[in-house]
Amino acid sequence: MITKRIIPCLDVKEGRVVKGVQFVELRDAGDPVELAKFYDEEGADELVFLDISASHEGRKTMIEVVEQTAAELAIPFTVGGGINSLEDMKAILRAGADKVSVNTAALLNPHLISEGALYFGSQCIVTAIDAKYDEALGSYRVYTHGGRKPTEWKAVDWAKEAVKRGTGEILLTSMDQDGAKNGFELELTRQISEAVSVPVIASGGAGNADHFYDAFTEGKADAALAASIFHYKETSVKEVKDRLKGRGVNIR
Amino acid sequence: MIGIIDYGMGNIFSVRKALERMEVPYFVSGLRDELKEADGYLLPGVGAFRDAMQNLHAAGLADFIKDEAAAGKPLLGICLGMQLLFDESEENGRTKGLGLLKGKVLRIPEGKLKVPHMGWNQLQVHNGSFLLEDLEKQYAYFVHSYYVKAEEQETVLASAGYGVDVPAVVGRGNVFGTQFHPEKSSAAGLAILKRFSEKVKEGSE
Repeated sequence: MITKRIIPCLDVKEGRVVKGVQFVELRDAGDPVELAKFYDEEGADELVFLDISASHEGRKTMIEVVEQTAAELAIPFTVGGGINSLEDMKAILRAGADKVSVNTAALLNPHLISEGALYFGSQCIVTAIDAKYDEALGSYRVYTHGGRKPTEWKAVDWAKEAVKRGTGEILLTSMDQDGAKNGFELELTRQISEAVSVPVIASGGAGNADHFYDAFTEGKADAALAASIFHYKETSVKEVKDRLKGRGVNIR
Repeated sequence: MIGIIDYGMGNIFSVRKALERMEVPYFVSGLRDELKEADGYLLPGVGAFRDAMQNLHAAGLADFIKDEAAAGKPLLGICLGMQLLFDESEENGRTKGLGLLKGKVLRIPEGKLKVPHMGWNQLQVHNGSFLLEDLEKQYAYFVHSYYVKAEEQETVLASAGYGVDVPAVVGRGNVFGTQFHPEKSSAAGLAILKRFSEKVKEGSE
């Protein structure tokens, strides 16, 4: 039976990992390739790189980072952030990434998902959804532009639409829980997991190993992603996996 | 020397890099005359079965691969490349494969399980093979929506459970395949690539 996946996420800006990474034993804690190798050795099942470069040069540097990472890493990795076109996807995938993740650009132009899925196969196209509970909507609302702009979409409807268009996976971030470290948004995660036929990665809110357990059981997620708790060594991938195994979750 | 068969299907960057890290000599080509020089072959592949077979036929590579396999050179198909080794696929209508191994490629039945079969799954080793020594219960990374229904059970060297029994490593004689991506399957995957490379090297000596 397939295992639940634990996925560390790295924010990369102009070719360097940013947003606080505390790895004293690494030669260079800002080097994406070194961090990727570190997490691979710790047992990470997959990695996500989020490119938050603002400049054109930063984007070009990202391609080099992807190439170097692909050359060193023997686990799959996804690259997201600023992917606006089929050309962007081509550049990232040709550089050796296994999947690309689309967010704002796909909401502005849903055809991008269909195009990517047709050209590269569904398994390469991840749709990232940022969602936040909305009283007026009585449901979770999808946001674009890094959570700054609300859309008309309910998360569950957009997830279904993305799957219909051929996305192979949903990366679901709860804006309510993100950074709060008191657990994944289980209701949202479960709603989406039950609504779509592709794997769902829960994101936002991981504070300890048991939060992952909840995401996989109550939230019915297929994978769970976290950033700061791994970067700040509040826990490790290995510790989370040991804990999950101890609680009977199927883990590599 | 390994020849990676390039027929325009899928990303070969990672597998090349994995071979380089292990210091295994290889070259990439889509031309029969060049490929002929290789001592063994990798047949990669991501995408649709029909497109892949069309490309292989268009480049005259389908017959070439069959001839080289018949001549005893080791061949390893990866992912779609493994599926191409079999008789036929039902993906987008019926398409004939290379027919080096007996069986059909079918859609993974939808039901309680999600399709594609994506993620790390455990290998159950059935038939001892040099490729799989010590790899019982190790994990490999799968991404696929179609699976092989092998006609001859002895060709299934290892499988992984996903509703159906998914052949994970297949082989007979000098023809092998892995449904998963060995270059993305951490230690177990790299071990398989390494062992195949050694087999190719032995054959060349």
